[in-house]
Amino acid sequence: MTSDKVYPSSKAAIADIPDGATILLGGFGGAGIPENLLVAMADHPARELTVVTNHAGFGERGLAVLLRQGKVRKIICSYAFHRSAFVFRELYLEGKIELEQLPQGTMAERIRAAGAGISAFYTPTGVGTQAAEGKETRTINGRDVVLEHPLPGDVAVIKAHRADRMGNLTYRGTAANFNPVMATAAPLTIVEVEEIVAPGVIAPESVHTPSIYVQRVVRGEDLDLRSET
Amino acid sequence: MTSDPKLESCALKPADIARRVAAELPGGAVVNLGIGIPTLVGNYVEAGRGVMFMAENGIIGAGPRPEPGEEDKDYINASREPITTLPGASVFGHADAFAMIRGGHIDIAVMGALQVSARGDLANWTVPGVGKGGIGGAMDLAAGAREVYAIMAHTMKDGGLKLLEECSYPLTAKRVVTKLFTDIAFIEITPDGPVLREVAEGLTTEDVQAVSEPRLITNGPPGVLSREEAP
Repeated sequence: MTSDKVYPSSKAAIADIPDGATILLGGFGGAGIPENLLVAMADHPARELTVVTNHAGFGERGLAVLLRQGKVRKIICSYAFHRSAFVFRELYLEGKIELEQLPQGTMAERIRAAGAGISAFYTPTGVGTQAAEGKETRTINGRDVVLEHPLPGDVAVIKAHRADRMGNLTYRGTAANFNPVMATAAPLTIVEVEEIVAPGVIAPESVHTPSIYVQRVVRGEDLDLRSET
Repeated sequence: MTSDPKLESCALKPADIARRVAAELPGGAVVNLGIGIPTLVGNYVEAGRGVMFMAENGIIGAGPRPEPGEEDKDYINASREPITTLPGASVFGHADAFAMIRGGHIDIAVMGALQVSARGDLANWTVPGVGKGGIGGAMDLAAGAREVYAIMAHTMKDGGLKLLEECSYPLTAKRVVTKLFTDIAFIEITPDGPVLREVAEGLTTEDVQAVSEPRLITNGPPGVLSREEAP
């Protein structure tokens, strides 16, 4: 395995994502979305995808393109019916896509558990609500809690601010969001960044995501997909 | 607010409610503000009180909206609005943000409500029906914050009640609301039931009781919720 993980293009970086893959897709509210990788996915034939991401898409671009193309079988997200997720809503009401909606923190923790080798965990979040339906609940230390299981991906498709060629990552502002935890929870993590530097330029104590979680790095342009809605 | 002309004429405006909630926040508290009227609360907290605002997309110490042209695509709040940072701010990813929330490190979550029950059950993420709303961070914040302050119009536009014995909408969390701020009342949810603390200027305890399903406990005459004079 080479220590240089830089790929020449987004297209090359995602070229072997197979049909039926579960994709952990980073980003929250327009920040930290791997825009170039999403655009490349629209030209990639993989279908029957399960996409794990915070929102079920914004407007007509980015994830919404894959939804329109019928490539996504199921969305696992925390916020399904934002007014800007009209593409998803239309498909959902037509019965063309499945939905699993989770509390945002449960989603983050299930992904974290997948990356950290945790077999399952109990949490009070969601007890007594639709989010706990069909799940085991019990009382621990006087508090009602619900059992939640890990949520791993086959591929994590994420965005960071900066990478070195070995795949050490830094994030900027609130653009980290789900990206660092998703990087840990898939055997193949593909990262889009704004800048690629030589190993050593990012000081060891400044690394947010250590290189062992990262398999591929590609530099992307700011496509401003967030301004869609 | 309801079509009742007396209640309507005395009802607080969103800014009045936000001002009252801001006054209730203890100095030094770490506070998460939800979408809607809760986001206004930040406008009424004096800087010297040491209240810090946390957003679940990974920031403590969020400051006001930047000037036009100064927005930074990488700095937003959970409502997707651009933010600035205050000295002492920190940023982090979702795993840490929700460990803080779920681990009891957030003092107060201020959340919009659709319905609140006499025991403090909160319904605020969706209405009955298909293809509406989203959970987001609401269930984590409601279950994990030490206290939940709920804000809502006291009744529906058609006069339907929202402070109920039991919520009829899908729940966000059970027994979590500690303080309820409406456009006509400030009500504390206690183990004994809802205690009416303050009533909008011009209204009486009976006026508020008439649009509340549970019996409201009173300990003497309630305080007055004042409205800002029109500018």
